Amino acid sequence: MSTISYQEAALQAVAEEMRRDRRVWALGEDLGRGGVFGQYGGLLEEFGPERIADTPISEATIMGASVGAALVGTRPIVEMRFADFALCAVDEMVNQAAKARFMFGGQARVPMVIRQPSGMWRSSAAQHSQSLEAWYAHIPGLIVVAPYTPADNKGLLKTAIRCDDPVIYIEHKDNWALQGEVPDDADYLVPLGAARLARTGDDLTLVTWSKMVGVAEQAAELAAEQGIGIEVIDLRTLWPWDQEMVFASVAKTKRLMVVHEAVQAGGFGAEIAATVAEHMAHVLTAPICRMGAPRAPISYAKPLEDLLRITPEQIVATAARQTGV
Amino acid sequence: MPNNNAHPKHNIDRDRLVDLYRTMRRIRAFEEAAEKASLSGQVGGAVHLSIGQEAVAAGVCANLRKTDQITTTHRGHGHCIAKGTDPGAMMLELFGKEGGTCGGKGGSMHIADFKVGMLGANGVVAAGIPIAVGAAHGAKLLGEDRVVVCFFGDGAINRGPFMEGLNWAAVFKLPVLFVCEHNGFASTTHSDAVTAGPGANARAESLGVEAFTVDGNDVAAVDSMVGDLIPRIRGGSGPKFLSAHTYRLKGHTSVDPAHYRDQEYAAAQWEQDPLRRATAELRRLGLSKEQLASIDNEADAEMAVVTDAAEAAAPPALEQAFADIQDIGAPVWREQS
Ligand SMILES: Cc1ncc(C[n+]2csc(CCOP(=O)(O)OP(=O)(O)O)c2C)c(N)n1
Ligand SMILES: [Mg+2]
Repeated sequence: MSTISYQEAALQAVAEEMRRDRRVWALGEDLGRGGVFGQYGGLLEEFGPERIADTPISEATIMGASVGAALVGTRPIVEMRFADFALCAVDEMVNQAAKARFMFGGQARVPMVIRQPSGMWRSSAAQHSQSLEAWYAHIPGLIVVAPYTPADNKGLLKTAIRCDDPVIYIEHKDNWALQGEVPDDADYLVPLGAARLARTGDDLTLVTWSKMVGVAEQAAELAAEQGIGIEVIDLRTLWPWDQEMVFASVAKTKRLMVVHEAVQAGGFGAEIAATVAEHMAHVLTAPICRMGAPRAPISYAKPLEDLLRITPEQIVATAARQTGV
Repeated sequence: MPNNNAHPKHNIDRDRLVDLYRTMRRIRAFEEAAEKASLSGQVGGAVHLSIGQEAVAAGVCANLRKTDQITTTHRGHGHCIAKGTDPGAMMLELFGKEGGTCGGKGGSMHIADFKVGMLGANGVVAAGIPIAVGAAHGAKLLGEDRVVVCFFGDGAINRGPFMEGLNWAAVFKLPVLFVCEHNGFASTTHSDAVTAGPGANARAESLGVEAFTVDGNDVAAVDSMVGDLIPRIRGGSGPKFLSAHTYRLKGHTSVDPAHYRDQEYAAAQWEQDPLRRATAELRRLGLSKEQLASIDNEADAEMAVVTDAAEAAAPPALEQAFADIQDIGAPVWREQS
């Protein structure tokens, strides 16, 4: 175990997997200088410019060329820089990467990891702050991962790189500096589709992911002082999501809250809420609560941006209402 | 810049021309059968015929090795056949049957046959360009000696991935031959009307990709031109661009009567039919009418057999709807009662 950052954990994951498998390579803008968040720092020196490829500002072709390169047997790590820019490559993600295996009758596989740094960090406004995970969870053929802890950012990124299907890999931009204990093991893998029980509690199940896990943990701490036990589930993988863990927790707490940074309307929280309602309405003792952002573009000005952030206090207030405390 | 438009007069060997003719005739026979099956409703979805454009497919692919790869478009039957895909599997695919190239899950616009280097047709205009470029990038990374040919239409040059893909191939010096099939149309629109500036080759050259033009209805000319280009690309000289001027003799799809074009002009274009032109050349080289007829009959017979077989074949098993989506997170197949 070492205490390292979320960013260093990802760097370790990529370096280890590139050492392990020559077919793994990374491509994107500015990777030769370590990537815009330093998450590729030093890799060029170790692996050379062929495997740490500096590309033109051509998102559609970064993505499309990765599909082609994956179809012929390489394993690209696609760096989109900001999740917002991946929108320039949606055809290549949704119509090509996600469909090739199925549409070609299983002849081809598209093993690629599509890294999309997401979310609000500091006054980055409407085109550099979005959380669009629900879009991808909607697409058959894609796996969607959104790790919160540094350890998960290592273990899940490594598993994603070894996965034979395309993985949308969502790192939160506000998490790069987050420190945590991370196994040094070069075979430390976290399975896809398995959630993490971040905190136990008896009164309410709170399902969340990415940076909101930290906010939820703070909320749970505050709620405990008021006598409300919140069980926090860090979903980690959005598709496929760990229904088993969520159902088991809801069976115990009989209440569900889903919290995400993304816009609430049509967010992935709605899928979780609906699924639990379909299967477990009879055990619920309170209506399911969803907390997400209002359906507004993200503001630049700090006080406006802050209006879109979910705070621990808001979660506690909602939890208090929901549990009747 | 050398004048790339004036390719020296080719002197094609008779046997080679016979082979090229046979490929073109097989494509034509396949598509005539597909057209019929489409019009009768046995083949669903949109069927885009390359009738009139066969010389491009035949002339280009005759210069490729099995290990070389291609990507193609919605109008890709000819490229598949020329690259070596079994027309039987293709016809099964068009009919949506078990045993089709993609198990009946792709249809005409998504035929792929990886074992012969056919990396997929595409339902999205220009989407095959980055994929071809990436396949070449992959070959380079893996140290594999392969050339990738990317077929697309004159309509595709107005999409962003065209510029991105060409620039990328040039930046990374990739072994790609871009083949623009200039058939005059982008769907029901005259491509000239929506394309600014001097066109595809100028765009390629502006990105440092050497560009050539060929009469795409002269199979020997295509063969000879591509025969020169492929060894250069294989030798590491970077991507090349070829505009093949041809004409779409049929509508955009099998059901499009193409009333939007000058009917007299369109009818006159049959004079330039690449099969007709190759026939004349073969006659000049001493092939008898009977010899030509036997090639034609063989092709027709082959496609009649595959069409009958496709008609008779079983549809895919229902669980295939959920197969090959993804290893985890795919829907679970349940037998319907
Ligand atoms: C991105 C995209 N836009 C529009 C279409 C609809 N469409 C299918 S084929 C076609 C025309 C393409 O023209 P061209 O590239 O010249 O190919 P051709 O049909 O002439 O072979 C259009 C507009 C599509 N498939 N993809
Ligand atoms: Mg066209």
